[in-house]
Amino acid sequence: MANTVVNPTRMELTRLKGKLKTAQRGHKLLKDKRDELMKQFLDTVRELRELRSQVEEELMRVHSSFTVASALMSAQAMEQALMYPKQSVELTMSFQNIMSVNVPVYHYQTRTDDTGDIFPYGFAATSGELDGAVEALGKVFQDMLKLAQTEKAAQLMAEEIEKTRRRVNALEYVVIPNTQDSIRYITMKLDENDRATTTRLMKVKDMLLAEALEEKRAETARAVKTFGNSSEAPSEV
Amino acid sequence: MAANSYQIAVLGDKDSVMGFKALGLTVFPVDSVEQARSTLHHIAREDYAVVYLTEQFAAQMEADIARYKDELTPAIILIPGKEGSLGMGMANIKKSVERAVGADIL
Repeated sequence: MANTVVNPTRMELTRLKGKLKTAQRGHKLLKDKRDELMKQFLDTVRELRELRSQVEEELMRVHSSFTVASALMSAQAMEQALMYPKQSVELTMSFQNIMSVNVPVYHYQTRTDDTGDIFPYGFAATSGELDGAVEALGKVFQDMLKLAQTEKAAQLMAEEIEKTRRRVNALEYVVIPNTQDSIRYITMKLDENDRATTTRLMKVKDMLLAEALEEKRAETARAVKTFGNSSEAPSEV
Repeated sequence: MAANSYQIAVLGDKDSVMGFKALGLTVFPVDSVEQARSTLHHIAREDYAVVYLTEQFAAQMEADIARYKDELTPAIILIPGKEGSLGMGMANIKKSVERAVGADIL
C-alpha cells in the first residue's frame, strides 16, 4: 500500500521527514480544532433543541388562536385587517467567528419600539381573538429569530466539523502512515547501500592485501634465489 | 463586519403565514409545492437573511432546502404550519448532529 515509488536518496529522505513533521503538526492542530468545534457544536445543539421545542409549542398556540380568530371573522375582513402592517422589521447581520466558522448574528430593528402598538387595524371591526393572536406572535417572533440564528450556526458548524473530521482522518490514516512507510523504505535502502559499500571495500582491501603479499613473497623468493649460496643469507623466510 | 440590512421572509400556505404580516415580515403565501419551490429560489437571490418555511411544504422540497444549507444566507428555518408540527425541525437537528459526529449521540 505504501508509496514505494520514491527515490531512495538522502534529499528525498530529508524532504519526507519535513513532510511528516508538518503532517503530524497539522494533525494535532486539526484534532484540537475538531474537539473544540465539537464542544461548541454540542452546546449549540442543546440550546437549539430547547429553543425549537419552545418555539414550536408557542407557534402552535398562535396558530390555534388565529384559527379561532378566523372562525369569528370573515376571511376577507381578516385579510383586510392584516394587509397593511404598521410594524416593519429590518434585520442587520453581523458575524461571529467560532473556531474560524463564520456564524451570523442577527439584530433586528423594528419601526415602532412599543410592542403593544403593532396592531395594524382598528379594534372596532375585528374580533378580540385576533389581537391576542397577533400579540402572541409578536412575542414568539423574538424567539424565532434566536432560533434562526442558532439553527444556522449549528448547520454551518456541522459542515465545518465534517470537513475537519475528514481532514483529521485523512492525515491520521493515509498521509502520516504513507510518509512513515516511505521514510522506512528509504532508510532501509540507504542502510543496505552502506553495508554493500562496506563489504565491497573490505573485499577490495583483501584483494589488495593478497596482491601485496604475493608481491612480497615473490620478491623474497627472488632474493633467496639470488643470494641462496652466500653464507649470510637466511636459510628460510 | 458588514452590517447590511436584510429582510425576513415567511413562506407557506396562506392561513399559516398571514399573521406574520402584522409583524412586518415579508410574507409569501403559496398554494402549491411547485410555487413554493420557485418562490424559495427567488427569495434566495434577494436580500433575505432568514426564511421561515412551513414544514408542510418543506417535506416535499428537501433538495431545494439542502442547496442553501451551507450558505450563509438565507437561513431556512422550518416552522410548523397550522396543521401542526411534523417533527421535521427536530429531525433536522438530529441530522446535523449525525453529520457532524458521525452518530446520533443525543
